[in-house]
Amino acid sequence: MTAKLVIGLDGHSSGERALAHAEHLSKLIGDCELIVAYVVEWSPFSFQTAEENAQRHKRREEEISVATQRVIDPAVAKLAAAGLKASGLVRHGDVAATLNAISEEHKADQIIVARSSDGGFSQRLFGSAVSNLVMSASVPVTVVS
Amino acid sequence: MKNTAKLALASIIGACMSGAAFAQTATPSEALTLDQQVNETFAAVTGPFVSLIFAPFPGTSFPWIVMWLVIAASVFTIYFGFVQFRFFGHAIGLVKGDYSDPNDAGEVSHFQALATALSGTVGLGNIAGVAVAVGIGGPGATFWMILAGLLGMASKFTECTLGVKYRNEYPDGTVSGGPMYYISKGFDELGLPGGKILAIMFSIFCILGALGGGNMFQANQAHAQISGIVGDYPGWITGIIFAGVVFAVIVGGIKSIASVTEKIVPFMGLLYVGAALIILLVNFDKIGWAFGQIFEGAFTGLGVAGGFVGALIQGFKRAAFSNEAGVGSAAIAHSAVKTKEPITEGFVSLLEPLIDTVVICTMTALVITISGQLIMNPETGNFVLNEAGTAIATVGNTSGVALTSAAFGSSISWFPYVLAIAVVLFAFSTMISWSYYGLKSWTYMFGESKASEMTFKVIFCIFIVIGAAASLGPVIDFSDAAIFAMAVVNIFCLYFLMGLVKKELASYSSRLASGEIKKFKH
Repeated sequence: MTAKLVIGLDGHSSGERALAHAEHLSKLIGDCELIVAYVVEWSPFSFQTAEENAQRHKRREEEISVATQRVIDPAVAKLAAAGLKASGLVRHGDVAATLNAISEEHKADQIIVARSSDGGFSQRLFGSAVSNLVMSASVPVTVVS
Repeated sequence: MKNTAKLALASIIGACMSGAAFAQTATPSEALTLDQQVNETFAAVTGPFVSLIFAPFPGTSFPWIVMWLVIAASVFTIYFGFVQFRFFGHAIGLVKGDYSDPNDAGEVSHFQALATALSGTVGLGNIAGVAVAVGIGGPGATFWMILAGLLGMASKFTECTLGVKYRNEYPDGTVSGGPMYYISKGFDELGLPGGKILAIMFSIFCILGALGGGNMFQANQAHAQISGIVGDYPGWITGIIFAGVVFAVIVGGIKSIASVTEKIVPFMGLLYVGAALIILLVNFDKIGWAFGQIFEGAFTGLGVAGGFVGALIQGFKRAAFSNEAGVGSAAIAHSAVKTKEPITEGFVSLLEPLIDTVVICTMTALVITISGQLIMNPETGNFVLNEAGTAIATVGNTSGVALTSAAFGSSISWFPYVLAIAVVLFAFSTMISWSYYGLKSWTYMFGESKASEMTFKVIFCIFIVIGAAASLGPVIDFSDAAIFAMAVVNIFCLYFLMGLVKKELASYSSRLASGEIKKFKH
C-alpha cells in the first residue's frame, strides 16, 4: 500500500527543512507519494473595497500562478529529481484547516510542516498556523524544527 | 449619445467647478464669504433639478418620487411572493458560506459582497438621516422607515440578482456590473428598444448621485462633526483635507488607507449598535413608551409638521436614502461575487435593508425618542414645533448628526467623541464606495481608459471641497434628488426586467426543493 504524505510549505526557508525531512522519510518508507501544498491565507469573512472585489478573481489567479511557479514547481521538481513520486497544489483558505482538508481529501497518512521562524504579537494572541494544525488535524502531524 | 451625456454633465459640473477653483486658492480671511459664494452658486445651479424630482402630486404636498419608491417595493414584494420572508433563512445560510463550493475559496464570497455593499450604505443615512426624519416627522416616521426597509428588501433582491446575471466579465478576470449593464443587456434580450439610452440616463444620474449623496453630503456632515468638536472654521479646509486623502486612495492607489478603513468601519458599526443597545437596556422601562410613540405618531403625527403624511414622507424618504433599495447602487457593489447562481446574490442582498434600516436606523430613532431631546408639551402629549414651524423643537436646537450626538451624549457623556470619529470614517468609506459606483457609470459611458478614469476621479475630489463648504440645506436637497433620480430610471427598467428574475427564482426554488442545490460540507 502506498503511503501518502502532505507537505505544507510557506514559501520561506523553513519549508526547505520540511521538504528535506519528507524526502528522507519517504526513502525510508519506500512506496510513498508526496503531495506538496501551499495555502494562501484567505478568509471569506474579511472586508474589502468594491474595487478589490471587482479585481478579486484576477488577483486569485495571479496568487495561484506565483505560488505555483515560485514554491510548488521547484519543490516538486526537486522531489522528482530524487526519484520520488510527487505532485503539488495551491489552495486559498485558513492554513491549518485547508492543510487538514487536503490530507482528508487525499487520504494522507501524515502532514509534515516546518516550524515557522516568524514570531509576533498576533501569533502570541491567536497561535500560529502550525500550532492550530497540530491541535485540529485529523491525521498525525510532524513539525520539523 | 456620448456627446449628449457629456453636455448634460458638463453644465452641472462646470458651474460648480468655478466655485471650487476659487476655494482652493482662497485665503482664510476670505473664507466666510467664499463658503457663502459656493453655497449660493450651488443652490442656484441645482435648484431646478431638485424641484423636478421632489415635485408634489398636483393639489397635494406628497412628492411623487416617494410614491414611486413605495409602489415599486410593494409590487416587487407581491410579485415575488414575499421573497424577503420566504428566503430569509436561506439568505443567512448563503452568507455563512453553507452553499459555497470550497474550490472557490479565494474568490469574492457572499459575505464580502454584502459587507462591501453595506459599507456603502451604512453611514450617515443611519445617523444623520434618521435624525432628520425623526426631527421633522416625529417618532412616527420610524414606523414608515421600518415598513420601507422591509418592502425595500424585495427591490434590492430584484436589482442585485440582475446585477450579477448581466455583469461584464473581462478576459483579464475583472468584472463590471450594475444597472447600466442589466438595462442594456436585459432590454436587448427581451427585444425591447431604448435599453442603451436608459442605461446612459441611469449612468448620468449615478454620477450625480455619487457626487451628491455619495460625496458632498458625506463631506458636509463630516465637516459639521469636526467643527462641532474643534470649533467653527471654514468648510473648504475640511474639504481639501478629505479630498487629499480620497485622492491618495482612488488616484494614488494607496490601497492601505482604504483597506484599513474597511476594517475599522464594521468595528465602528458594531460599536454604534452596541452603544445604542446599552442605552436601550439602561432605559428599558421607556422602550414600550417609545414604541407607543412610534405607532401612535405613524398614524396621527402627534402634532408634527405635516401630520401623519409628514411622518410618512420623512420615513420613506430617509429609508430610501439610507438603504438605497431601488436606487441601483447596490447592484454595482454586489456584482463582483463568485457564484454560478446570480439569484443567490439577490437573496444575500435582501439582508441589506434589514440590517441598515430595520435594525440600525430603528436603534437610532429609539435612542433619539428615549433621550428626551425632542421637546414635548406635557399637557397635550404632542411635540412642540420650532420657531419656523418646520421641525420639532429640540434641546439646544440641534438637528441632523448633532441631534443623534446629543441623544447618545445624554446617556453616555463621552460617546459624541466616538460618534464624531465614526461619522468621519463612515463618510470616508461611503465616499470610497460611491467613487467606485460613479466611476463604473462614467467608464460605461466614456470607456475604460486611464484618462477617462482620471477625469472622473479628479471631478469627484473637487466635489468633496464644494460639499464641505456648502451649507446642509442645498446639499441634502441635491443629494436626495440625485439619488432618487437614479431610482426613477432603475425602477422603470426593473418593471420590464422582473420577469427574468421570476424565471430564475422559479428554477432555483425547484432545484433547492428537489435537493439538487445542496449544502457543502465545510
